[in-house]
Amino acid sequence: MERTALRGGLKWQTATVASVTKETAAVVTIELDAPDWPGHRAGQHLEVRLTAEDGYQAERQYSIASAPGEPVAITVERLENGEVSPYLTEELRAGDDLEIRGPIAEYFVWEPADGGPLMLVAGGSGVVPLRSILRHRLRTGSDVPARLLYSARTWPDVIYRDELDKQPEGVEVSYTLTRGRPPGWTGHAGRINQALLELVGWPAEANALTYICGPTSFVETAAAALVGLGYPPERVKTERFGATGGH
Amino acid sequence: MPPVSRGFRHLHRAPAGQEDRVPPGQYVTDGFPVLSAGPTPHTPLEQWTFSITQGGQTKKSWTWQEFRALPAENVTTDIHCVTRWSKLDTMWQGVSVDTLLDQVEHDAPYVLAFCDGGYTTNLPIEDLMGGQAWVAYYYDGQPLESEHGGPARLLVPHLYFWKSAKWVRGLELRDHDEPGFWETYGYHNYGDPWKEQRYAGD
Repeated sequence: MERTALRGGLKWQTATVASVTKETAAVVTIELDAPDWPGHRAGQHLEVRLTAEDGYQAERQYSIASAPGEPVAITVERLENGEVSPYLTEELRAGDDLEIRGPIAEYFVWEPADGGPLMLVAGGSGVVPLRSILRHRLRTGSDVPARLLYSARTWPDVIYRDELDKQPEGVEVSYTLTRGRPPGWTGHAGRINQALLELVGWPAEANALTYICGPTSFVETAAAALVGLGYPPERVKTERFGATGGH
Repeated sequence: MPPVSRGFRHLHRAPAGQEDRVPPGQYVTDGFPVLSAGPTPHTPLEQWTFSITQGGQTKKSWTWQEFRALPAENVTTDIHCVTRWSKLDTMWQGVSVDTLLDQVEHDAPYVLAFCDGGYTTNLPIEDLMGGQAWVAYYYDGQPLESEHGGPARLLVPHLYFWKSAKWVRGLELRDHDEPGFWETYGYHNYGDPWKEQRYAGD
């Protein structure tokens, strides 16, 4: 196990918004200019701290969307009744400052040396840390084969669509749409289940290194189905975001 | 001075009169989010045991039936997750860790709780004693669901909730402190929410 020495801990630092890119109707990617950023690994998160004019502060965790070596970026989904995400998705502009600290958590991470093949399973905005992993794979010239199964509500809800459409050799991307399909849709439909994971995933004998990220019920379903197919539990890493109503 | 985000406003306020129950940097949620590193294990109750071990020896072990026959306590408490949600007045039922430790001789200063799925977390033993910790098997009047740590989880509500290990199967008594799972991956070794001990070095 790796252990990072964090003498003095993770310090808050001011970062400037370099760009805000609309990904879907409810999702933006915020690229930051963070001169003091210590670097991160694919799959990690960071914390954002906002300060209101009356001095009130709120902090939230977000998965890092960019690969190691790229400017740090987060992808944020607007949550109804949220406190922080509506501000980040609707009010924030290039040139604004905010505070970040990180990177956080050293378990849901992937390095080329960890090998594969990679089985990536994303529910909704759970695709964010998996995109960091795919970009890291590409940037490092890794030839580890990867399969991504991405479950979204509708086609317009798919984040990073153009990027995922242009994956290099060795990466297979499958979609399943749970609510409504565009005309002529040839991808999968409905919620993920064992049959779909068996169809698009690696056979158990491949001993795939698996990363699942999404809402709790999605992760529970995907992880149980893959273990049921014979995936070794110790090679299945999960990351969940619950219906906290708070982000 | 931190940069001010114009247009950002305080919307999520703690319930009136309960502000002092919410540690710094936390917000109150009505949901019950889940944080786990891997698949949810499902150990059949007939194979389930709870053990107190030391130096590779089992000092005491209970089957599920024996465990459920131990005196139970009802606990209503606030819980605080390092991912920044807090939940007030959660209701649990389980066995006090005092009741378990009373049945063995012990003088070790540290404990490593161990779980199905390989998860571990470390605590000073004094944080598990004196009515501060339970092995809980009921939540909100119902058997604890597996995704929330059932059949039984540790409940140590005065520390961040990752210390309340899900799917707990026993306590290893130790002379020396040994970092557990999240403690090895960058989280704080102790995890006091009132001191915001979230990550290593906080």
